[in-house]
Amino acid sequence: MSLALTVDGVPYEVPDVPGNANLADVLRHHLGLTATKDACYEGRCGSCSVLLGGVLVTSCTVLAADVTEPVVTAAGVGDVAGPSDVQRALVEAGGVQCGFCIPGMVMAATDLLARNPDPTEDDVRRGLAGNLCRCTGYGRIVEAVLTAARGRAST
Amino acid sequence: MTRGVGASTLRPDGLAKATGAFLFAGDLSEAGMLWGAVLRCPSPHARLVSLDLAPARAVAGVVSVISAEDVPGLATYGLDHADQPVFVSDVARHHGEPVAAVAATTLAAARAACAAVHVEWEQLPVVVDTEQALTGPALHPDGNLFRRVLIEKGDPGTEGEVAVEGSYVVGTQDQAFLGTEAAIAVPDGAGGVRLRVATQDLHADRGQIAACLGLEPEQVTITLGGVGGAFGGREDMSLQVHVCLLALATGGPVKMVYSREESFLGHVHRHAMRLHYRTTADRDGRLVSQQARILLDGGAYASTTGPVTGNAATMAAGPYVIPNVRIDAYGVRTNNPPSGAMRGFGAVQVCAAYEAQMDLLAHAVGLDPLEIRRRNALATGDTLATGQVVHSAAPLRRLIDTVAAMPMPPPWSGAVEDLPGGPAADPARVRRGVGYGLGFKNLAFSEGFDDPSTAMVALEVADGSVRAVVHTACAEVGQGFVTIVEQIVRTELGLGPEDEVLLLDADTLIGPAGSTSASRQTWVSGGAVQLACTAVAHQLVGRVADAAGVPAAGCLLRAGRVVAEGLSVPLLDALADGPVHAERTFRHRKTAALDARGQGDAHVAWSFVIHRAVVDVDLDLGTVRVVQLATVQDVGKALNPLSVLGQLEGGTAQGVGLALTEELALEGGFVTQPTFSEYLIPNAVDLPTLMVALVEEPEPDAPFGAKGVGEAPTVSSPAAVMAAMRDATGLALTHLPVRAEHLAAGSAL
Repeated sequence: MSLALTVDGVPYEVPDVPGNANLADVLRHHLGLTATKDACYEGRCGSCSVLLGGVLVTSCTVLAADVTEPVVTAAGVGDVAGPSDVQRALVEAGGVQCGFCIPGMVMAATDLLARNPDPTEDDVRRGLAGNLCRCTGYGRIVEAVLTAARGRAST
Repeated sequence: MTRGVGASTLRPDGLAKATGAFLFAGDLSEAGMLWGAVLRCPSPHARLVSLDLAPARAVAGVVSVISAEDVPGLATYGLDHADQPVFVSDVARHHGEPVAAVAATTLAAARAACAAVHVEWEQLPVVVDTEQALTGPALHPDGNLFRRVLIEKGDPGTEGEVAVEGSYVVGTQDQAFLGTEAAIAVPDGAGGVRLRVATQDLHADRGQIAACLGLEPEQVTITLGGVGGAFGGREDMSLQVHVCLLALATGGPVKMVYSREESFLGHVHRHAMRLHYRTTADRDGRLVSQQARILLDGGAYASTTGPVTGNAATMAAGPYVIPNVRIDAYGVRTNNPPSGAMRGFGAVQVCAAYEAQMDLLAHAVGLDPLEIRRRNALATGDTLATGQVVHSAAPLRRLIDTVAAMPMPPPWSGAVEDLPGGPAADPARVRRGVGYGLGFKNLAFSEGFDDPSTAMVALEVADGSVRAVVHTACAEVGQGFVTIVEQIVRTELGLGPEDEVLLLDADTLIGPAGSTSASRQTWVSGGAVQLACTAVAHQLVGRVADAAGVPAAGCLLRAGRVVAEGLSVPLLDALADGPVHAERTFRHRKTAALDARGQGDAHVAWSFVIHRAVVDVDLDLGTVRVVQLATVQDVGKALNPLSVLGQLEGGTAQGVGLALTEELALEGGFVTQPTFSEYLIPNAVDLPTLMVALVEEPEPDAPFGAKGVGEAPTVSSPAAVMAAMRDATGLALTHLPVRAEHLAAGSAL
């Protein structure tokens, strides 16, 4: 089947998509948009998190054929020349090691701060609980999100 | 100098990773590439009766199907001993052993073809018990004993008045790196192959791949693909030979990426162990003897079970002064999946056991857990069970005193969400416990192993700017070598703030850097970069001094200039006559093999570490909440304090995971739950923010005095969390990880 999909503001026509394809595979393999990662294929690790119509989802558990709303990935949140506050804070706080989980963390943190601009540490930990990181133990990632929240409050 | 050694500089690849631009190995692609997949043995021990690949070849989109008879070179591989088959040819010895591989136009077609292969198996008796394997029939022509290490010091028959005994079991932990195994192989058109792969050791891979392909090592060129974590799980090969064989068979690029299930099946795990300890002391709690018998489940093939057994044995007595020691450790072959490297490499399991013994002893002689450790802790100049004198900085008493001074957490807040198990918990049945773990980890390879690293550094002018170019084969797996390299170069070459440092891709076009493991790369590859920088600086200073007619001895590089008394030449001018470059190899001091009584200077140095854990346990539900974690680590010198903090936090998290939830479910050799739904690594709510203090006593032999920091945090954290759970419940808790049913089995309180 052919899919019409908007990713990070860009419209795509995706031909030859199997009917059972999930959104993560379509992003990564059909469109070559590898900013979104995949690591567990069952919605457990959060590496493939994207915003779908503004809602945080694990794209590996979303049927691509069902997608009608625009998709935002970590590459749409910011780029190296113009990173978002969350992306910059993750680097500056030391939250990035291997970095495989980070695009998903960026999406979860972006979603959290949109819903709760003044989170406590517990709020941040609960907000990121669907995103596994194996390198950092989460300390610097939590610190980064709190820093980004403080930055927004002060501007 | 603000971006040099000692500063918390930021990762050069950080923003690329945070914005998704960084390419991990699984993100790579080549025009016209095929997808590879592997068929695996579905049971732990079986004879291959017949293999029919024809149905797989008939699947639409399939280009090539290969099996054991298509391996042109060595049929087996292995880091320590080549006993692991590329494909099963007669007997499969573990669940998940590769049988055949397919290249097809899509991953779905490749997997469908694997499913279509017709295999007939004769099931064989499965042996997964290490005691049975030691005395039972051989599971492999090489036998079932990979290695025995016996260590005897003093008179092991001499005992103190107070004796404690304990038996401990440690389950199988998985590295669970998030980026699964991935590679892309391309034929080079001349019979060789180019491979981009997520690995820990490019040259070790190359040697093994070339042997299996029947090629010269130079015909296999490996470039590091972006690595999504490693933790030991990529020290052994997984898909490397398969993807290269498929590329050569099809004549075009082939990509392979493991699913999570394949990742659990396709890489080595941390050794499960059974340990029995008898520890004695005098009435004052001073250790008199330590005896241990240790069985390591090496699984079906050798991997690094030999060196892991050596590590477990040489560190089994703990970081203590003990006059009489007998350690008897066996690395054993079973039909479980192969065991190999994981962060801590044999030091983790024994720490859980010797620290449990220390707490038993403290209780028996009526001492505080910290006091008994203080009385027995090693110091510089003391002798280990192997007879080796500790020349390293060994500030154990500072570690103990520092952690003791760190604040304890407040009592339960009264909030339901702060209870273990949340609203299900009964506050009246919740108990708090405090526990400690003191441990140590050897740094770099041991027992006479030569593991040098080579680095090339060039200083040049590019686009009108000064640029230092660095090339090593050191695998960046997330640990931050890429950050440290730039700091070392800036410090050693005295670069100015505008000067650039370019780190080339790690590849096999330069000499080996050895494995990114054993907490060794900052020391060894960092040392190689430092040596190369020194040579470059020497050349450039000589050039400038000659031209100026001044003695080179008084010149040095500082802030982007070559300076001496009455002389200050910008690097840009100094380099006008062309670039300077140097390649240097660094070796740590030699170590020795162990003799028949386990005596010898086996290790280069150690990092020492202590953890304190505070937990709340619901005595009826068996639920646990980690309330507070604190650690103090002997780091020599923190070259990048922010990176060090990240290593301590991440390493501690993996240790807490081992203590609480992480055990690969193995039932009669079957891997029954190879998913993240069943194998639970800690998430952000499972862990408090770690309290950290560093002790910096420079290591005399190490570049900049820095000890490797990555593994020690995983050594002592499980012991501390275990001890805290024992303190909370009064239970013996001898199985790691501690499961809810162990805790709810009947509290003594």
